[in-house]
Amino acid sequence: MRPFTYLRAKSPAEAAALAAQVSDSRFIAGGTNLLDLMKLDIETPTHLIDVNGVGLDRIEATPEGGLRIGALVRNTDLAADSRIRKDYGLLARALLAGASGQLRNVATTAGNLLQRTRCPYFYDTHQACNKRQPGSGCAAIDGFSRQLGIIGVSTACIATHPSDMAVAMRALDALVETVKPDGTTRNIPLAELHRLPGATPNIETTLTAHELITAVTLPTPIGGTHIYQKVRDRSSYAFALISVGAIIQNDGSGRVALGGVAHKPWRVESAESVMPQGAKALTEQLLAGATPTHQNAFKLTLVERTLAAVMAQAREHA
Amino acid sequence: MTISRRTFLIVGAVTAASVALPPFISVQASIANAARPIKASVTIWVNDEPRDLDLDTRTTLLDALRENLQLTGTKKGCDHGQCGACTVIANGRRINSCLTLAVMHEGSKITTIEGLGTPQQLHPMQAAFIKHDGYQCGYCTPGQICSAVAVLGEIRDGIPSHASPSLTEPPKLIASEIQERMSGNLCRCGAYSNIIEAINEAAEASA
Repeated sequence: MRPFTYLRAKSPAEAAALAAQVSDSRFIAGGTNLLDLMKLDIETPTHLIDVNGVGLDRIEATPEGGLRIGALVRNTDLAADSRIRKDYGLLARALLAGASGQLRNVATTAGNLLQRTRCPYFYDTHQACNKRQPGSGCAAIDGFSRQLGIIGVSTACIATHPSDMAVAMRALDALVETVKPDGTTRNIPLAELHRLPGATPNIETTLTAHELITAVTLPTPIGGTHIYQKVRDRSSYAFALISVGAIIQNDGSGRVALGGVAHKPWRVESAESVMPQGAKALTEQLLAGATPTHQNAFKLTLVERTLAAVMAQAREHA
Repeated sequence: MTISRRTFLIVGAVTAASVALPPFISVQASIANAARPIKASVTIWVNDEPRDLDLDTRTTLLDALRENLQLTGTKKGCDHGQCGACTVIANGRRINSCLTLAVMHEGSKITTIEGLGTPQQLHPMQAAFIKHDGYQCGYCTPGQICSAVAVLGEIRDGIPSHASPSLTEPPKLIASEIQERMSGNLCRCGAYSNIIEAINEAAEASA
């Protein structure tokens, strides 16, 4: 690790303002991804701003009938919250499918959204990676790409976003609340938080410099059967090959988002109208224009079969 | 808004002290690291005793326990949160001590394997691991035991897991729940079946 100063912020606005005053700063909350990357010299901040004391650790009901999840709410606490378990089961299931008990106890809501890809070429500093070192190339495209993206990818990057939680939040139409260094706040639909890689895979979100996520808001519950189906190489503590987050109503309509296929949680709202026609029709629309590699083309079939299984399971629950 | 640096608690301060680096760190990294170590003070409650530490800000909780406090029961395996050998209990919750900075733990209450029991007075989980031969080489064992103690607490507290059939009913103390919850602790000797038996027995004893 490179040397860094360590500062504790007392409020979200102070944290954002301080971040703008110093060079090469990062916010740290759980730290489970950031410290991992700092040990590998992939992240090299010179100032760490600890936001654990800024008071964003509650889950509150909103006047509209939804829930506002503080940015610092730990993954364990979010999954265990009785309101989340009752009305947003998809989110609880996605959280519990991710990481390990030790990590979920520490990892935060905002940190989960902002975690970096687990592409092995991003992690190996001896390899070319446009995300880690812009302009150096992408060793993944002709490399071991079995785990990597199949849609929305570019010639510069085929990395995937690793989060399970974000897939559920995408299907739930979550909103991300932020504060900027000048104290202004805004709401960003989760759909617009993560970018596709394009020519600048190093720019992963639409957040501006030193903008701090303060909360994630879930709209009013929509009912339905909530299913998160994660397919991975071992049955626990592994990232997804692909995952399906679905909310399916009794009439067969619903919402679906995919993990493990793209640089962001992948949802195509216009495709959802064909859900009652079955998994094949849905997959064709969801993954239209996919450009898999030779090694990860199996994900197209895997998505279709997993969707079929999820839809069958929903029919049993209906 | 205008903001003064004085409104923040600035913990880091530049010192000229040099640090000794282990030989496996590359020359390039050691030049960068030795350039400018920054130190900070923190008080952590470890096994019910306050410990004042003056540390390089880069020191993980794991390294503070092992190198500064000589509590070498907690083990360093992968140092990247993948193996669970460094698991300790912080404020009642199990965490990977390798993926958190010591300076982030001002006032935290940390329990390590040394705080769970002693050779004369074993924690029931330690006794169960011995009885069921829940290890071979023993390297992962302190992390396994800290994790297992916390797992029983998580099930008692009704925290669901990936293996819980229902999100609305309390989780049960059964092998599938324990296996899923222990997946963050790897054992390269493969003592898993005995580890599950040990945790089961400790769970029944505490029920």
